[in-house]
This record gives sequence, C-alpha cells and structure tokens, in this order.
Amino acid sequence: MLTLETVTRTFPNGKVAFRDLSFEARPHEVIGILGTSGCGKSSLLRVIAGLDSEYQGSISIDQVPLQGIHERVGVIFQEPRLMPWLNVIDNVSFGLRGDQDTIRKKAQNFLHLVGLKGFERHYPKELSGGMAQRVAIARSLVTSPDILLLDEPFSALDAFTKMQLQDLLLQIWKKCQSTMLLVTHDIDEALYLSDRLLILRGQPGELVEVVEVAEPRPRSRGSERLARQKQEILQLLHLTEEKTGEMHDGADIREHHSAARRELSFKGLS
Amino acid sequence: MTRSTRFTGIILGGIFPLILLVIWQVLCSLGVFQPYLLPSPLAVLDSIVELAEDGSLWAHIGITTYRILLGFLLGVALAILFGCVVGFYPLAQRLLDPTLQAFRSIPSLAWVPLFLLWMGITETSKVTLIAVGVFFPTYLNLVSGIQGVDRKLIEVGKIYRFNNRQLISRIILPASLPSFLVGLRGGLGVGWMFVVAAELLGASQGLGYLLVFGQNTTAPEIILASIVLFAVLGKVTDALLAKLEWRALHWQDSLVHKR
Repeated sequence: MLTLETVTRTFPNGKVAFRDLSFEARPHEVIGILGTSGCGKSSLLRVIAGLDSEYQGSISIDQVPLQGIHERVGVIFQEPRLMPWLNVIDNVSFGLRGDQDTIRKKAQNFLHLVGLKGFERHYPKELSGGMAQRVAIARSLVTSPDILLLDEPFSALDAFTKMQLQDLLLQIWKKCQSTMLLVTHDIDEALYLSDRLLILRGQPGELVEVVEVAEPRPRSRGSERLARQKQEILQLLHLTEEKTGEMHDGADIREHHSAARRELSFKGLS
Repeated sequence: MTRSTRFTGIILGGIFPLILLVIWQVLCSLGVFQPYLLPSPLAVLDSIVELAEDGSLWAHIGITTYRILLGFLLGVALAILFGCVVGFYPLAQRLLDPTLQAFRSIPSLAWVPLFLLWMGITETSKVTLIAVGVFFPTYLNLVSGIQGVDRKLIEVGKIYRFNNRQLISRIILPASLPSFLVGLRGGLGVGWMFVVAAELLGASQGLGYLLVFGQNTTAPEIILASIVLFAVLGKVTDALLAKLEWRALHWQDSLVHKR
C-alpha cells in the first residue's frame, strides 16, 4: 500500500528532521507513530502527504513513486483548519468537485456519520473544539481517501472529547477501510487505536522499534496487556528508569526488541 | 444587532452632540459669538434650507458625490489590480512595491499642481486626485491581507490538489476580505479629504466650492452648512460600507460580531 525506503528529511537550513525511515503500511492497517517531541513525527506525515517534497529516499503508494500530493491521501491536522467564512456543510464539501447536489448529499452523509446532523448552517466560530474537529474529520473522509494521515488530531481536546472522537475514528475506520497513519505523543491513544506502533526517538528521529499491538478489537482502555505494553514503550522512549522489581518484564522487552528488529530488517530486504 | 439595540445606540450616540448644539445656540443668542464669525446652529440650518429651496443644494451634493464615487471606483479598481499582482507574485512585489511605496510617501496633495497643469481645472483632474488618494490605503491593506493569509488554510487547499486559480478564489481572496474591507473604508475616508482639496482648488459647483464661496462672501453659515453636509455624507457612505462589511464578514469571530 504505502512503502517508505530509507527516507530522510532535511530542512532547508540543514537540520535533519528524521533519518533513514523505512516501513510498509498494509491495507486497512492503523499505524501509530509515537515519539517524543522534536523527533520528526509531524515532518514525516507532511512528507508522506506531499506537502514537503524535499526528502531523500523513496516513497511509493501501490508501487507508484509519490509525486507531490496524492489524490488518494487525506489529512487530518492537529487544528481543525476550517474555512471560517464557510458554514459547516460547505466546509465538509470543500474538497469535492462536481455537481452541487451530489456534493451536498455526500457531505450531508459524512456529517451524519460524525454526529453533527443539524449543524449544517453553523459557522466555525459557533462550534466547540470537539465539534470543529468532527467537521474536519468529515471533510477529510468525504473524498474517501485510501490513506488517511492524522497529525495529533486530538491533542488539543479535553480528555472526554478525545475518547469520544477516538471511538468515532474507530467506527469510521471500520466503515471506510482506509489505511491510517496516526502521529501522536499520547501512548494510550496510540495503543488504543493502532495495529502497529513505530517508535521514533532522538534528534534527528530514527526508528528504534516496531511494536505490534496484539490486543484484539474491540479494546478496552483499561486492558492489562495494553498497560504492560505502555510500560515497555515508556522504557523504549527512555522515559522511565528500569526498576529492579520489573526485571523479568525488562527481559521480555529485550526479547521483543530483537524479534521486532528481525522483522524490520526482513522488511528492509524485501 | 437587533432593531432596539440599534435604536438605543442612536439615542446614546446623539446625546453629546445635542448638548453641544444647545450650548452653541444659547451662547449665540446671548451674543457671546459674533454672527459674522460663528453663526448659530439655527442660522446654519436656515442656510441649508435656503440652498435646498432654490435647488442648488442638490446640484452641489450631486456633483460632489459623483466625483467621489468615480474617484473611489477608479482608485479601488487600480488597487485591486496592483494589490493582487503584488500580493500573489513575489517577483512583482520586488519589482513594483518599492516604487509604489515611494509614491505613497509623496503627500498626495503635492500632485495637485501637476494634475492641474496636465488636465486643467476639469473633472478629470479632480477624479484622478481622488483616485490617487483612495488607491494607497486600499492597495496596502489588500496586499497585507493577501500576504497574511494563514498558510495552514492554504495547505488544506493543497491537500485537495487545488490549482493556483482555485487557491486564490477559494481561500486567499475570502481570507483577505476583512483586511481589504478595512482598506476600502480607509480609502473612502481619504477620498472625502481629497474631494474637498480638489473642489477648493477650482470648481464652480460642489460642497468644496461652497466652502470657498462662503469664505469669499464672508458667509460663515454657508461654510458651516457645507461642513455639516460633508459630515453627514461622509458618515452615510461609511455606514454603507460598514453594513457591507458586516454582511460580508458575519463569519468573523470578533468582539463586534458577538454583540
């Protein structure tokens, strides 16, 4: 579906955002990209989106090298980025072309899907943060993208709205079958939503680990297995010190590391 | 804004001028001011009524409004043309903007003798002068509006693979509208200033001509009548633009639009 091979992004000022990233996204997969701030997560998404075209390495979608902005790619940004002069329905249909009636009907459907029926005529200034982000989600889905890139889409929302929208996203994902790349710094969010996690670390960011999230769906936020994986990830990110009481856990992780690395190098070869 | 709040707004805004008028009238009746220097408000009103009765008032207002309208439209049209070119094309900005900025620093009234020399005391020279005055505030605001459009919104358009024309018409122009409208109102204000200048320098009709006529015939009530009419016309035209602004920018999340 989406393949990256040794992709490096260097800013015009010579600073490197991330280095030698390789991975492959399978169809209908949710990939979480986790990392501390400054490790190039958002830059990675912008490169895949085609917004930044200066990078080394190769990116291809369905074996076709990426050139500029791909029509099958949709993006949900951290901020809703709605056009303030358009009402909700016109914002949703912003990227659609063609016959006005069909466009409206389509936009209407997606507005229902995100739970905003009856808000068609409202302007962005009248919406709460969560509602605005729902509109943004509807807007990005209305073009039925095969690959949906999400750049910390819920980071500006309060905890409850965040959970609601995460569940909404999973619902939609089931319906729309698109591949999703989710950049986040929220480990719980990443574990709750993703099939696989890419862990980035350092400045410039490098891929240090690929973690499979084995927990079957539907997942529970309180799942013990997810909590254990969270602990592993925290250690990978060097955010916690290894404690003696968790020695055997640590050994587990090391095993996991090498397994993941094997898998990774295998993918690099193929 | 509801009808009743607008009504109370008019009343509240009217209290202070009304008090001033009453004091002015009383002082004149008491003989504090000499009538040949400062006539009473009623005398000014009388002279307006007189002008209206012999019909010349409408001709004066008509010709002045015509000049400012023509000059305003011409200035705005040129401002849109140059503003868009300079705003959209960095090369055009580097080529044209320094020159335009240099022209802007010339006090626009300095053009008057040149325009009179080129075009004589005609409508053309007056309209040109007004257009020059209107051009700069409109142009500057339009350019800063276009260049200040949020890059993040433009990226949304890029994600949808908009071409340049679509980016301009669907994102950049609507987003720069608030700044453009501020420029229009500023331009109109300058336009009124320049119509006075143009008419003071040579006209046989118009409100500015009334000023000169009042001065030459030692009739301060005519000067004041003309000033009052300028105030009224200026306020009315500005209110029209303000209304347009309100309609066009109802989507803005600003303090004024929440009232």
